Amino acid sequence: MSELKFTKEHEWIRIEKKEDEELAIIGISEFAQEQLGEIVSIELPKAGGIFRQGQTIAIVDSVKASSDIYAPIGGKIIEVNEELIEKPERINQSPYDSGWIAKIKPSNNEEFENLMTKEEYDRYIGELK
Amino acid sequence: MLTIYSIIRIHLRSLVRTPFYDIHKSLGAKIVNFHGWDMPLQYSGIMDEHVNVRTNVGLFDVSHMGRFEVRGQHSIACLQELVTNDLEKMTDHQAMYSPMCSETGGIIDDIIVYRLRGDRFMVVVNASNRDKDFDWISKHSKLVQVEDISDRTGLLAIQGPRACDVLQKLVETDDLQSVKPFHVVDVNIGGIECMLSRTGYTGEDGFEIFFDSSKIEIWTKLMQNSKIFGIKPTGLGARDTLRLEAGLMLYGNDMDENTTPLEVPLKWTIKFDKKQYFIGKKALSNNQPLRKLVGFEVLEKRIARHGNKVFIDGTEAGFVTSGSYSPTLRKAIGFCFVPVEVLANQPIQISIGGKQYEATVSSTRFYRRKQNMLS
Repeated sequence: MSELKFTKEHEWIRIEKKEDEELAIIGISEFAQEQLGEIVSIELPKAGGIFRQGQTIAIVDSVKASSDIYAPIGGKIIEVNEELIEKPERINQSPYDSGWIAKIKPSNNEEFENLMTKEEYDRYIGELK
Repeated sequence: MLTIYSIIRIHLRSLVRTPFYDIHKSLGAKIVNFHGWDMPLQYSGIMDEHVNVRTNVGLFDVSHMGRFEVRGQHSIACLQELVTNDLEKMTDHQAMYSPMCSETGGIIDDIIVYRLRGDRFMVVVNASNRDKDFDWISKHSKLVQVEDISDRTGLLAIQGPRACDVLQKLVETDDLQSVKPFHVVDVNIGGIECMLSRTGYTGEDGFEIFFDSSKIEIWTKLMQNSKIFGIKPTGLGARDTLRLEAGLMLYGNDMDENTTPLEVPLKWTIKFDKKQYFIGKKALSNNQPLRKLVGFEVLEKRIARHGNKVFIDGTEAGFVTSGSYSPTLRKAIGFCFVPVEVLANQPIQISIGGKQYEATVSSTRFYRRKQNMLS
């Protein structure tokens, strides 16, 4: 597993190497789930869908607000976390682990390098508060 | 002159926090700005608090709502002119819900009028309309005294199936179970003089508690048996999901001055036969509404929100006034305006974030509490 990287829109991403393939796993950060409140539904992308970096890939609804989730990098959706359909609260309970949202086959590895490290992201949200 | 008066009133109202603000902060509440007030949105979580009110009992700080006293022998005449409902039907120690309309029949606010005595009434109004309502009532009250008692009184609500049990344990002398809905009783809670009314905004049994605003220790007294009754502090987030499930409307969302009580489910509050003329009577008598407020359930898992457009067979037909998630039904629900001819269970589409989602028309009353046979 590679390190965790973050976007300004509060998505996280890490690269998982499986056999020869590299898959990027994505989700939303602890800060994001806390801001949203209890998530009651998620509209997931379909496997096979192709997205550019920054495109809306999923939509979450919490009681208070709806929020678009953007693709941290461009690529093809290989797998989505179907368990979130029945248990969207997993995103609140475990945003970096069982609350993962999708696995993407990256189309451009450079996009990953340009994202924020955890330290940079923590500084960034510190300034937002 | 009226403009200047309004400005002075805003400056005089320095309170933007209720007397319980420090308590909410100490409990770790998330504070939000609600029409200029710093109010608790949630403590343990909106869903948790919502479910707790439906199964146990929750404690709400609603001190931000406006409270006025109307005094004098012409009080009932003054108030009868302002409201559509018939206040003559009330005895002492009784409350009544009514909209207050303008000459065109538009709703200025929905209020509860309490008859304390024949010459002394209390009016409770929405927090967002405090200044507007005070000005409106004052303007139409030449022969009575109108006093804004919002700052010198506090208001808490205890709501849930165990609400009566919680209060009964604190009040020895009165049989609270026998207090009928919309009736009022004066009690003493741990040395604090209070007025209890069997009213609420959640669809559950419960009481609203009025007291002197200096007596903030009442919170601690109400929470003291929390382990026995499972009473939890409950914020505005759950207050909204609870009232939505119960089919209760929110001024500003579901109705405003461009809405008549004929268009929303408030026709029952208009007593055209009452002896006294009321403002808006003529306009409402001649009015044939073209739209109506209904409930809806979204078939897909997206939450609709205020302003989302409603479509029927591809044509724009209305809009969402309130929308949220129902923890009891585990669905996205809400209220919307549709043309009057729309039927129950009719399929509609709601535009959320630019995409259309299927929904079904329903009653606004999504939840009905189980009635205790003895109450």
